[in-house]
Amino acid sequence: MSEAAAPGPLRLGLLGNPNSGKTTLFNALTGLRARVGNYPGVTVERREADIDLDGRRAVVIDLPGTYSLEPLSEDEAIVSRVLAGDVAEVPPPDALVVVADACSLERSLAFVGDIVRRGLPTCLVLTMLDELHARGGRLDRERLEAALGIPVIEVIGHRGIGIDRLRALLPAPETWSTPPLPPPAERDERARWADSVLSHVLSTRPGRHRLTDAIDRVVLHPMLGVALFVVVMTCFFQLIFAWASPLMDAIDGGVAVLGEAARAGLPPGLLADFVVDGVIAGVGSVVIFLPQIVLLFALLHLLEDVGYMARAAFVVDRVMGWVGLEGRAFVALLSSYACAVPGIMATRTISDRRDRLLTILVAPLMSCSARLPVYAILIAAFVPPALVLGFVPLRGVVLGLLYLLGIVVAVIAAIVIRKTLVRGPTADFVMELPPYRVPSLRNVGLRVYDRSKDFAWKAGTIIFAMSIVVWALGYFPRSSEVLDRYESKREELAANLEGDELEEARSRLDNEERGALLRASALGRMGRAIEPVVRPLGWDWRIGMAVLAAFPAREVVVSTLGIVYDLGEEGAEQEERLVTRIRNTKWPDGSRIFTVPVALSLMVFFALCCQCGATVATIRRETNSWRWAIFAFTYLTVLAYVAALLTYQVGTALA
Amino acid sequence: MKTNVDFKKCTLAELPPGSEGVVCAVDDSFPIASRMLDLGLRPETTVRVVRRAPLGDPIELELRGYRLCLRRCDAGSVIVRRTA
Repeated sequence: MSEAAAPGPLRLGLLGNPNSGKTTLFNALTGLRARVGNYPGVTVERREADIDLDGRRAVVIDLPGTYSLEPLSEDEAIVSRVLAGDVAEVPPPDALVVVADACSLERSLAFVGDIVRRGLPTCLVLTMLDELHARGGRLDRERLEAALGIPVIEVIGHRGIGIDRLRALLPAPETWSTPPLPPPAERDERARWADSVLSHVLSTRPGRHRLTDAIDRVVLHPMLGVALFVVVMTCFFQLIFAWASPLMDAIDGGVAVLGEAARAGLPPGLLADFVVDGVIAGVGSVVIFLPQIVLLFALLHLLEDVGYMARAAFVVDRVMGWVGLEGRAFVALLSSYACAVPGIMATRTISDRRDRLLTILVAPLMSCSARLPVYAILIAAFVPPALVLGFVPLRGVVLGLLYLLGIVVAVIAAIVIRKTLVRGPTADFVMELPPYRVPSLRNVGLRVYDRSKDFAWKAGTIIFAMSIVVWALGYFPRSSEVLDRYESKREELAANLEGDELEEARSRLDNEERGALLRASALGRMGRAIEPVVRPLGWDWRIGMAVLAAFPAREVVVSTLGIVYDLGEEGAEQEERLVTRIRNTKWPDGSRIFTVPVALSLMVFFALCCQCGATVATIRRETNSWRWAIFAFTYLTVLAYVAALLTYQVGTALA
Repeated sequence: MKTNVDFKKCTLAELPPGSEGVVCAVDDSFPIASRMLDLGLRPETTVRVVRRAPLGDPIELELRGYRLCLRRCDAGSVIVRRTA
């Protein structure tokens, strides 16, 4: 199968059970050179890296961790299809490197045998030997090599021990020894073969991992375990919130400074507006997600590498099972309270495709931090600062109810989607509880880097494109009638006023002009066009337009309302005035637009709607299909509309 | 450990925490049966139930040098002979 003379790089496939140390080995061999993508047509992550092996170019392919080559899950199907050369654009590997944890070789040897018998040049890398020895296990490498007939190399990946020997072996798979007699093809026979090989090579079985036993007595204790789970998850969430927000504020500030600098350096007009409000703001809308993504994945991988994530899933699995999800979905959903983007990315730890899809589809219902400014403005405008039962602030209660609404709807949606779209038997929840280990910061760092890069390029480009489109819709057409009118008003001011008074009047006029231009823009026309649709929710066309403008990023609704009500877009003072202005806007017949039912319907809409281009782009990226992204967007929007409609109609009927 | 050892067959889901058994067979009618074999729950394999999760499900098992967690509905596919 492998021709030494064949042109092109040597393709090395890396295989192994989950938790075998495969990723650590991949990183040790390749460093920062990994390319991350998807296999065509499926959601399985594809990782490859080019390396140089003593002058021979090679591609290392990190195949998904799997327990078997029998295709049970999508991951496993892709492994056997890649080996068979059955995946478009992915040539089959020339040689295989099988990674096995020496402590659980009793489980994985039959799998190793199944790979060896397929006839590609294969070598076996044993990992975790330090752990095997610490647990009193003895394994004879030479005998294993003789029994399997293939090269066997011992490696301690995180310390780099054995990597040099592996690198020396890899460039010449033609020279690797091959078994005189391949392992049996029939499964039960192969299992017996594996057990008999083991009885020859494993002179002492590893004992229990004492430290793990001791820690688990606390961590998985019926009472202490649950308490610890709550504490760890609370800290996890708090840290993402507390550490990300100053960074995000800094990015916001940086984008503003950059925008001002660009505006100062460019002649006023279309180019300056495009660069500042289109390009720089668009890049900002991608970069703003990075602090949360980096922090979330750093913490997540740290907890995973230590071994706690599997324990957390073990503790909470029963609860998640009630809504047809599994334990590993918990962290993804919790993270979605900070931001659905990293939350959806975190579903990669869920091995079953249907479970993962279901988790992705309900994640946007968790009330993310970008909804808070919207709630804050509307609650400040319409909920009196009263106390319920004498001590609970009513505003807090309303906020809590909005969060609760997201959870309740998510539970219902999960159950309904499980029974309709992603039907099928509840997935098997099969998970190893690996021993506690000291995490490798290098590994964690590499994975965080991979994820962030992947987000910035794969989802970021879509987010950027969407923000440019919305900018253009709100900018064009430039009504010359409006521009001329405000130009003459400015001249009038300059003739009549001076000093501070002039400055103040000018800035008021600028804000009015921005509002007038926005109302005359394509977006403004769209707002008017959809007024019949939003009218039953109690909204006027200006609210409709602000909601439209907020589809790429929901928090934009605050600044858009600010502009459309001629207040400009920045500052706390503006926010106060916005609250007043919202209270006082009227319908043509003189009645107030914003009443309590209108505010409630708007808040309910924001609680449920998928007004986040980044979420849609991330769903597209993670499911590798526009179909699910569009479905998520559509079902959430319809849900939000219906709920807002009910809220307004019932609210009006009661009031 | 109990002194009166119960040699009767039962499923892995029924073994109480702390007890041990030897796998007799995996029930083919479960869709997960093939996965159980891949995970090393093959006939003649000794398996110990380490504990149950705080809410009773899933369960933690020890076999072939590693720890595995399974839901009890899936563990029901594995028939064992209790040995300790």
